[in-house]
Amino acid sequence: MNLTKKLGNLAVAAMMLGLATELSAQMLINGAGATFPYPIYSKWFDEYAKVDDSVRFNYQSIGSGGGQKQILAQTVDFGASDGPMSDENLAKASGKLLHIPTVAGAVVVTYNLPGDFKLKLDGPAIVDIFRGKITKWNDTRITGQNPGVELPGIDIVVVHRSDGSGTTYIFTDYLSAISHPWQAEAGKGTAVNWPVGLGGKGNEGVAGQVKQTPGAIGYVELIYALQNKLSFADIKNADGKYISPSLDSITAAMATAKVPDDFRFSMVNASGADAYPIAGTTWLLVYQTQKDPAKGKKIVEFLNWALTKGEAMAPSLDYAPLPKGLQDRTLARVKEITF
Amino acid sequence: MAETLTTTMGATDDVQLAPPSKVGDRIFKWLAMVMGLSVGALIVIVGFTLWRGASMSVHHFGTGFLTGSKWDPVQEVFGALPFIYGTLVSSLVALVIAVPLSIATAVFLTELAPPRVRQPLVSVIEMLSAVPSVVFGLWGIFVLISWLRVHLFPWLQKLFGFLPLFQGPNYGVSMLAAGIIIAIMILPIITSVSREILRSVPDLQREAAYGLGATRWEVTRIAVLSYAKRGLFGAVVLGLGRALGETMAVTMLIGNRPEISTSLLAPGYTLASVIANEFSEATTDLYLSALFEIALVLLGVTILTNILAQLLIASTAGPKTSRAIQ
Repeated sequence: MNLTKKLGNLAVAAMMLGLATELSAQMLINGAGATFPYPIYSKWFDEYAKVDDSVRFNYQSIGSGGGQKQILAQTVDFGASDGPMSDENLAKASGKLLHIPTVAGAVVVTYNLPGDFKLKLDGPAIVDIFRGKITKWNDTRITGQNPGVELPGIDIVVVHRSDGSGTTYIFTDYLSAISHPWQAEAGKGTAVNWPVGLGGKGNEGVAGQVKQTPGAIGYVELIYALQNKLSFADIKNADGKYISPSLDSITAAMATAKVPDDFRFSMVNASGADAYPIAGTTWLLVYQTQKDPAKGKKIVEFLNWALTKGEAMAPSLDYAPLPKGLQDRTLARVKEITF
Repeated sequence: MAETLTTTMGATDDVQLAPPSKVGDRIFKWLAMVMGLSVGALIVIVGFTLWRGASMSVHHFGTGFLTGSKWDPVQEVFGALPFIYGTLVSSLVALVIAVPLSIATAVFLTELAPPRVRQPLVSVIEMLSAVPSVVFGLWGIFVLISWLRVHLFPWLQKLFGFLPLFQGPNYGVSMLAAGIIIAIMILPIITSVSREILRSVPDLQREAAYGLGATRWEVTRIAVLSYAKRGLFGAVVLGLGRALGETMAVTMLIGNRPEISTSLLAPGYTLASVIANEFSEATTDLYLSALFEIALVLLGVTILTNILAQLLIASTAGPKTSRAIQ
């Protein structure tokens, strides 16, 4: 591990040297981590280059696990993660590591059934489908919620992500929150021991499998479902209403979610009449005490810009921006970064 | 040779030439040796790195890692058996499909095909090996899987449904689908190498057989295939090596379910696939270490199967036409 860290440092140093000769005055800030927010982050870095051309951001979307490892090893200046860091991992950090929430997204339940209708599902039905307790589409636990719809008596084919992902984290976080058996048997994580089902690689793997298999059900990111015009279900929320996933219903869920002081919050099964229950946020990971004053200053300037001007760009890329209250709290936390 | 040249020239001309310098030879010898050894060193370094990465998991699970069949990243219980099984079975299925096809193709190309057909066909087969894995995977998802699910698998179930190999639900993605895609991917290498082996069979062999009154089939069987047996084995081992490590296309078609099922129509999982799938999001130390151990197991499985294959080759009698391959 030590060797890889040294090599990583060398590589970063070599890159910076190369760039230093090329673009003499420009500072390079390196980040790595989550893939889910990659489109919005790269847009932010592009736009921010127009605001401040003395700094350039380089972001590698290598996955949340990699982001957490690299910020802990300090081979990058900031990390990014779709799931909050565990206490165990946080304890390894050489300083106080801050979670800065940026944008939120939802996970939708997509399905392949004949006919043109909007499927309605409640939490217990989703849990039982993914535990293999409901195996036919005409089970009363599904038909009872969908009056007036003729559901076929075909087998349900469950499809889940095979690769570790923040999408799986949010989905299993929801299942664990509403079901004790699920929590005990599978639990929540970027990858879990699925009781039933086939694994598809990536959103496209799950969506492809669902599209081709009659009777299949799976889960994908809302953005992916919208861009690929997949059909997805309305989900019954904690207030008993069937809610369609949308930017508004995600922001509504974020507004009622209980956010602790370290921002490591979960927003699944949030209360509120308009809240969509399967949603989660994504975080940037930065050290509270920045070792390099010049870099620290630039990072804080960028975070302030991203959390205000940047947030306004989020909806155009189908990400839900932070609600006002949480935005103010996050900005206050950014002020505490010292350099 | 050079020395004779010098002496003969010296004898006629009476001019003493300096003996040729051996420096170039020596440099070449060392260079070749260093290059040769570096391949061995590379394997040792890779093995050592994997061992170090895996040490936590090795200590934690012991041999239970190899015999356990539960893979639960949340509870941090890791067993590699379903992955080992999936790797071996999918490769075996691939060999069963690819070996007869490849060797038949090689025989056709060397023994039967007219030159006008031969060259284009060779080019096509070699192009097949240039197609990236992920392209095969995508083709598999969108074309092969639906065809298998709608046509081939129901037909197999109807004809051979009494065998446990073809029972159970039919999802399309399965061990068999993965085996078929691996077969397509290892076909070019087995074919190309087999073709070279068959070409190296001396024409005398064929002529002798024809001289004894053998038919074309008998010549091919006795004089060519039997003569080249060891070399063809070598070609198959090369294909097997590729099959064991194939990742991208396999993970797209195998269904990624860590379960051991007798049915080839059931989903499975391979060692290489689980690393590719879970490495980037593995956050805890033990989880990461378990994935390192999976890589170590894959290295071990590859080396073991190669050794077994070499033993198998060594035990088959036959002239040593295959030295170049081994």
